[in-house]
Amino acid sequence: MREYDVIVVGAGGAGLRAAIAAQEAGADVAMVTKLHPVRSHTGAAEGGINAALREGDDWHDHAYDTMKGSDYLGDAPAVEALTRESPKETIQLENWGMAFSRDEDGQVSQRPFGGLSFPRTTYAGAETGHHMLHTMYEQVVKRGIEVYDEWYVTRLAVSDEDEPEERDCHGVVAYDIKRGEIEGFRARDGVILATGGLGQVYDHTTNAIANTGDGVAMAYRAGVPIEDMEMIQFHPTTLPSTGVLISEGVRGEGGILYNSEGERFMFEHGYANNDGELASRDVVSRAELNEVNNGRGIEDEYVHLDMRHLGEDRILDRLENILHLAEDFEGVDGLEEPMPVKPGQHYAMGGIETDEWGATCVGGLYAVGECACASVHGANRLGGNALPELAVFGARAGRHAAGDVDEEAEITTGWDEDSEEGENVSPVPLGEAGLPSAEKGALADGGRSSPPTDAADGGAAAESAGDAGVVEEAVQAERTRVHYLLEKEEGINHAEVRSELQETMTENVNVFREEDALKAALEDIREARQDYQHVTVEDPSRTYNTDLIHTIETRNLLDVAEAITVGALARDEFRGAHWRKEHQERKDDEWLKHTMLSWNDGSPGLWYKPAVLEGEDKSYEPKERSY
Amino acid sequence: MSTQTEPPEQTDDETESTPEAEPEPEPRSPGQRRRDEKAARAAERDREAAEAEPDLGDDAITLKVFRYDPEVEGKTEPRFDTFQIPFTKGMTVLDALIEARDTYDSSLTFRHSCRQAVCGSDALFINGRQRLGCQTQVADLDSDVVRVEPLPHQDVVKDLVVDMEHFYDQMEAVEPYFQTDETPDGELEEQFQTPENREEIKMSTRCIWCGACMSSCNIAADDNAYLGPAAINKAYRFAMDEREGENMKEHRMELIEQENGVWRCQTQFSCTNVCPKDIPLTEHIQELKREAVKSNLKFW
Repeated sequence: MREYDVIVVGAGGAGLRAAIAAQEAGADVAMVTKLHPVRSHTGAAEGGINAALREGDDWHDHAYDTMKGSDYLGDAPAVEALTRESPKETIQLENWGMAFSRDEDGQVSQRPFGGLSFPRTTYAGAETGHHMLHTMYEQVVKRGIEVYDEWYVTRLAVSDEDEPEERDCHGVVAYDIKRGEIEGFRARDGVILATGGLGQVYDHTTNAIANTGDGVAMAYRAGVPIEDMEMIQFHPTTLPSTGVLISEGVRGEGGILYNSEGERFMFEHGYANNDGELASRDVVSRAELNEVNNGRGIEDEYVHLDMRHLGEDRILDRLENILHLAEDFEGVDGLEEPMPVKPGQHYAMGGIETDEWGATCVGGLYAVGECACASVHGANRLGGNALPELAVFGARAGRHAAGDVDEEAEITTGWDEDSEEGENVSPVPLGEAGLPSAEKGALADGGRSSPPTDAADGGAAAESAGDAGVVEEAVQAERTRVHYLLEKEEGINHAEVRSELQETMTENVNVFREEDALKAALEDIREARQDYQHVTVEDPSRTYNTDLIHTIETRNLLDVAEAITVGALARDEFRGAHWRKEHQERKDDEWLKHTMLSWNDGSPGLWYKPAVLEGEDKSYEPKERSY
Repeated sequence: MSTQTEPPEQTDDETESTPEAEPEPEPRSPGQRRRDEKAARAAERDREAAEAEPDLGDDAITLKVFRYDPEVEGKTEPRFDTFQIPFTKGMTVLDALIEARDTYDSSLTFRHSCRQAVCGSDALFINGRQRLGCQTQVADLDSDVVRVEPLPHQDVVKDLVVDMEHFYDQMEAVEPYFQTDETPDGELEEQFQTPENREEIKMSTRCIWCGACMSSCNIAADDNAYLGPAAINKAYRFAMDEREGENMKEHRMELIEQENGVWRCQTQFSCTNVCPKDIPLTEHIQELKREAVKSNLKFW
C-alpha cells in the first residue's frame, strides 16, 4: 500500500491546482489520474477566466452576475469565494507564465461574455483552457509532485458507519492501466476528487470520451449526497456533427446568430432584447431549439453563427482556434461562411455536495471542479466561470486538506436541521438492480467497502483493522469486482448499455423536459441497469485493458444519469437550465432549495436543503432574470 | 516489442511481421489459463462474426489495424486485423476505430479522449504518416483502405498504444516551466508582455504533447538522447518569452546548446510536416541555433 498525506484524484485544472496548494502547505502529495495530466479536458476550454481585475470592475459585481446567472440557486458563500479570489488566482497563472492574450499596453486582455456586467473574461486566444492546463502542469513538474498517470481510481476507501456524516475517507483504490494491477493508496490527511465532467451520459456533448462522472458516482456510492444533478448546461454553440465546442468568445467578440430566414432571432423574436446573443447560455440554447422547432432551423437541425464581419485580422488574433475547429470538424471555413451550431451538453452544474472549502460531509473527502457542487453555478453556469472555479476551489481544498485552514465553513454539508425529506417520484425502483446474492458484492457499488464475496480473495482483509484496514478492505472488494468482470464467461458488451443510456438521455432529458419523457427515461435507465448485470469484459489481457476501464465507467454513467433524471422529475419548476413543459415558472416559494440525492446503500432517496442566499454582507434577493 | 526496427511489412498474409525473440513462456497460472481460453473463444466468435458480415458495398472502408498484446495468445506476434466499417459522411479515423472496437472487437486498444485535437492522445501512424486519429477525415485519405499503426520509433505497449515515457522524459529535461529572476511583489501584480512578444511565442505554446513530431524525426529515431522537436519547441517557448528575463534566457540557451540539443537537428522538416497544430518546429529550432550563435558571440 502506498501512503501520502494528500491524494488528488484527477489531474485537470482543479486537481493540479489542488496538488500545488497542498504541497505548498507542506503536504506529501500524489496525483492519481486515469489520463496523463495534459490529456485532461480542461485543455478543451476555450473562452476564458472571469476575474474582476480592472479599474471600474468589482468582485461584488461578478458575484451579483453569478448569483443572477445561477437563477438564485448558487450558494452565496461559495460564489463570493469564487469571485473574491479569482483575481488573485488569475494573476497567479500569469505569474506562472501562462500565455494570456495581451492588450497594446502589455496587460492581460479581457473580453465581454454572456451574462456579465463588465468585460472581465480574461483569455488566451480561444484556447484558454489549454494554456491554463499546461501552465499548471508545468508547475507540478517544477515542484516534483508525484503523478500516477494512467492509474484509474475505481473505489474510495470510506469507513462504514451508519450515517455518512460519521464516515471517514482513508484513501482510494486504483487500477494501474498499463500493468493491470490493483493497489491501495492511503491518504493520511485527505482525498481530493477532481475528476471532471459527466458528459458521456449524452451522445451529443462537448465533453471528452473520458468524462464519465467517475468521481460523482464513487462519492455518491460511498454515501456523499449529490446535489442539483438535474442542472445540466447545454451550450448553444456546438458543431452539429460532433458536438465540438465553438467558444462563446465568438459571440463575445461580436458574432451573430441567424435562423434560416436570415433573422437575428435573439432580438427579432424577442428572446433577449437587451443582450441578444450574449444572453446567458440557457436562454440562447432554448431560443435556438425554439427556432428549429418552429421551422426556422437550417436543415431542421441547427442555426448559423456568423463571425465574418469581425474581419480576418481580429478573428486570427482572438479566435484563430475556432477556424481550425470549424474546418477540421465540420468542413466549414469561418472566414468565408457562417458556422452551423446547435445546443450540446456541456457542463454539469450539480455534483458532489461540498462546502466553500471543497469539503464533503465524509471526513477527509473533498471534491473540486466540475465534479463538485459548492454550489457556485446553481441552475446555470456563466461562461468564463468554470476555469476560475478550478483554480480557486482547487487551491482552497488543497490548503484545507493539508491542514492549512482553520476557518469554519458557512455552507453545511450532509443532513442538517434545515433539510427536508423528499417524496419518491420515480415510476421504477432506483439504485442497485437486484442482483443474485452471489454476484452482489462483486458487481456492486465500487463505493463503500463491502465484504468480499470471493473466498479466495477475502480472509486477510477482515483481519486487518484501523485506517489502513479500510483501504485494504476496499482493495479486496475491488479485486473481487475486477476478477468477476474479467472471468465472466458470457454476456454483453458495455458499449450496448452505454449507447442505450445515451440515447434515452439525449431524447428525454435534454433542454426541453416533459414529465412523461422523464419517466420514460427512468424506465429505460432501469432496463439499462438490468442489462448491465450481464456485461462481460471480452479482453482477457492485464495489459492496458480499456475494455475493462470502459465497462467500469459505464457503471458510473448509469448512476449519474439516473440522478440527473430523478432530480429533473422532482423539480417541478423552470429555473435556469432546467425547463419543464408542465411548469413554466420559477417557484421561489417552493424551490429555493437544492435537490439532494443519497445512495443509501443502493436504495437512493431524495431530500432537500435550502439555497444559501446570504452573502458576507448582503443577501441576494431573487429577481426576475432577463437579459 | 518495438517499432524502432521496421514497421511490419504489408503483405497478403496479415499475420506476417518481424518476429522478435520472445522470452521463454513461464508456467501459466490457472487465471492465465482461463484468460487464454477466453481469448481463444473470443477470437473464434470474432471470426464467425467476420464471416457472417454482409457485403457493405461501396459505402464501406477497410480498416487494417496493427495488433499486439504481450500476454494474450494469438497476439504476442504482431499482426494486422481487418475490419469492414460502414462509411458515414464526416467519419474520422478515430470514429472508424471506435466503431470497430464497439461493434466487433472490444479488445481493440487505443488512446483517445477529447475528439477535438487538443488532448493529444491519439497520434497514430495512418496510411504511412503521423496524424491525429480524431483530426483525420477518412474521406481525405483518398483510399478505401485505412491502415493504422502505432507511432513508429516508440515501444508498443499493446495494439496502438505506445509507451510515452521517453517522450515525457525529454519534455521534462528542458526545465519546462516558467522561471524568472524577479517575481512581482504584489499578489495582484502582473508581468507585462507586449502583444508582439506574445505573438512570437504563440505557435510554440500550442503544443499538445502528442509525440507525432518525435516519431517522425530520423535523428530522434537513431538516438534516444536527442531532445527532439517537441522538447526544443518547449524550450523555445520559454527562451523567447520576454517575461523570463536575460539571465534565464542564457540559462535556457545553455540547456539547448548541449550535445543532444539544437545542433543535432538536420532541418529535414519532417516534424513540421506532421505537427497537427501547425507549429513551425524546424523554424523554432533554427531560430534557437541563431540565438545560440549570437549569445556565443557575446563571450568570444
